[in-house]
Amino acid sequence: MTQGKRIRILIAKPGLDGHDRGAKVVARALRNAGMEVIYVGLHQTPLQIVNAAIDEDVDAIGLSILSGAHKTIFTKVIALLKKRGVPKVLVFGGGTIPKKDWNGLKSMGVGEIFTPGSDTSKIINYLNRTLKRDKNV
Amino acid sequence: MDKKITKESKGRHENGSQQETPFKNLSGFHIKSLYAPEDISQFNYETDLGQPGKYPFTRGIYETMYRVKPWTIRQLGSLNSPAEANQRIRQLIQMGSTGVSICLDMPTIMGRDSDDPLCEGEVGSAGGVAIDSLADMRSLLEGIPLDKISINFVSNSQSSVILAMFVAAVEERSFPIERLTGTMQNDILKEYQAQKSYYFPPRPSMRLTIDTIKFCSQYLPRFNPISISGYHLASAGATPVQECAFTLANGFTYVEEGIKAGLSVDSFAPRLSFFFKVHNDFFENIAKFRAARRIWARTMRDKYKAKDPRSWMFRLHTQTSGSSLTAQQPENNIIRTTIQALSAVLAGTQSLHTNSFDEALSIPTPRSEKLALRTQQIIANESGVINTIDPLAGSYYLESLTNKMESECYRYFETIENLGGVISAIEKGFFSRTIADSAFKYQKKIEEKKRIIVGLNEFVEDEEMDIELRETDPEFERRKVADLINLKKSRDQNLVKNLLNEIREVIQGTDNIMPSLVKAVKSYVTLGEIIGVMREVFGEFREESIY
Repeated sequence: MTQGKRIRILIAKPGLDGHDRGAKVVARALRNAGMEVIYVGLHQTPLQIVNAAIDEDVDAIGLSILSGAHKTIFTKVIALLKKRGVPKVLVFGGGTIPKKDWNGLKSMGVGEIFTPGSDTSKIINYLNRTLKRDKNV
Repeated sequence: MDKKITKESKGRHENGSQQETPFKNLSGFHIKSLYAPEDISQFNYETDLGQPGKYPFTRGIYETMYRVKPWTIRQLGSLNSPAEANQRIRQLIQMGSTGVSICLDMPTIMGRDSDDPLCEGEVGSAGGVAIDSLADMRSLLEGIPLDKISINFVSNSQSSVILAMFVAAVEERSFPIERLTGTMQNDILKEYQAQKSYYFPPRPSMRLTIDTIKFCSQYLPRFNPISISGYHLASAGATPVQECAFTLANGFTYVEEGIKAGLSVDSFAPRLSFFFKVHNDFFENIAKFRAARRIWARTMRDKYKAKDPRSWMFRLHTQTSGSSLTAQQPENNIIRTTIQALSAVLAGTQSLHTNSFDEALSIPTPRSEKLALRTQQIIANESGVINTIDPLAGSYYLESLTNKMESECYRYFETIENLGGVISAIEKGFFSRTIADSAFKYQKKIEEKKRIIVGLNEFVEDEEMDIELRETDPEFERRKVADLINLKKSRDQNLVKNLLNEIREVIQGTDNIMPSLVKAVKSYVTLGEIIGVMREVFGEFREESIY
């Protein structure tokens, strides 16, 4: 991310589930907070998500998962990012992701998890903080 | 009086909470401080309410309501494997459940077999059961007394195939299919509007739905071929009035499509059933149910000229609100669910599903599921609310709210009509946009504390409540895929090919697809194979990502 450029975020609903309320609310909140949001919508495969992230040159990818398939999906997305040479793209997630799975996901490289009921300002602050910090390094 | 309200609205709530605009319900209707006879000055008992079981059914669709038969306690009986789901259904019957809902796993919902590479990690997901072939349906239903318990399949885009498997499995047991009760959700309109588990464009999907309705009206006269569902609209963010209006509009669309397909309205309208959510606002829920019954009755009689009184009846399954549950202080959800369930009962539901308190965190545990079921039994047996029919009728507030709910629904009907009807409004993105707007506004209100949710934005605790969560079987997917591959290998491959070709030919024409589907599933043609052929013929629907 270059200085002064707006933060670009890709929001996606990976997998088969169509519960997109959370993804859409977060997408709109991030847009209202001044970020550039690319919402790619439903039923995205990890490969489609990573391709879109590269094409759109995003700073972060937010994945909303409520089906319980979070382990499989995050593993694939992060592996693909590494394989495609863009491991620095921040990956964060939201949905019904039980706390007991958080450590595993974070050690795999997921930046943060936001469960149902999270304030959108918490997500905005997190992205601003994390992406700015990365830029300064 | 109005001045006083304005003053109150700007100030604090009398109980001292911080809410800035506490006197609005979830639909955004302004609620006055007091309701009196002048608020229902036009009120006419006979035409506005009628006796229970009599047009326009505002007080309930049956004359005796819960005095004779309590509502059906219908909990979810699904777990990843058909055999485990079967065990779960047996337990529910044993605990006193009188109906059961079967949820499907994500691959089945999306019309794909367990061995489809797109399904990796999702087989048996979302607390649903994986149904690939007749073998799974057989195992799901094994030993379940179909004359004692009605089964509701939470099945939509794939309903024609699931219905075919259900019929085939029941026929094997020599149970007469004309005696089958139960429901197929089969509401594809709300898939495009909210739930988003669609495959084909709306019009071919509608054709499949009408085929199933026709088939049921001929062979399964006691089975509900469709449950027109507002629940999912509300879960995606629709306000209660939007849920009510859009669901009714969808219902009328199915009626029109049925008539267009050559059915007489009274041959299928009595089997149309509905599914609503009960959210947090107690009286708003009740007003919603009453308004829906009245609008349905009046429209079916006067606009669609239905003659059979059963065509005028708005028969309803209800579920408490999953989206009202919080991951924070999850035990509070027990109380939310209880209040919501009570409102559904006071509103005269025919069937009820109470959610488990841990659902914002994970798939429920047996303990939380049992507590949810017991909640209904306590309301039914201990609270005394069922002793008299429709105890809230005549309340100045409730009747006024019911009128308001009704008139606001008509405003939405007009908007939809101006867009060219429901299907056209779907194609124009009207529902997705409206529902996304409502979801965002609701979230803002919570973040700005204009609406208080205990434990979420007020009375917050730092310490996390530790509750037990259900563990899922990590080996299930591998076993299911291996079983399916074996099953596919063991079939007569030429026969499978011929049966799929027959399906292709029928759907390219206009004949009812159901007989060919029943025939195909009997030879273990799988759900994914059948939907695959349909995808080739009908094409796939892609929604513009509106947010």
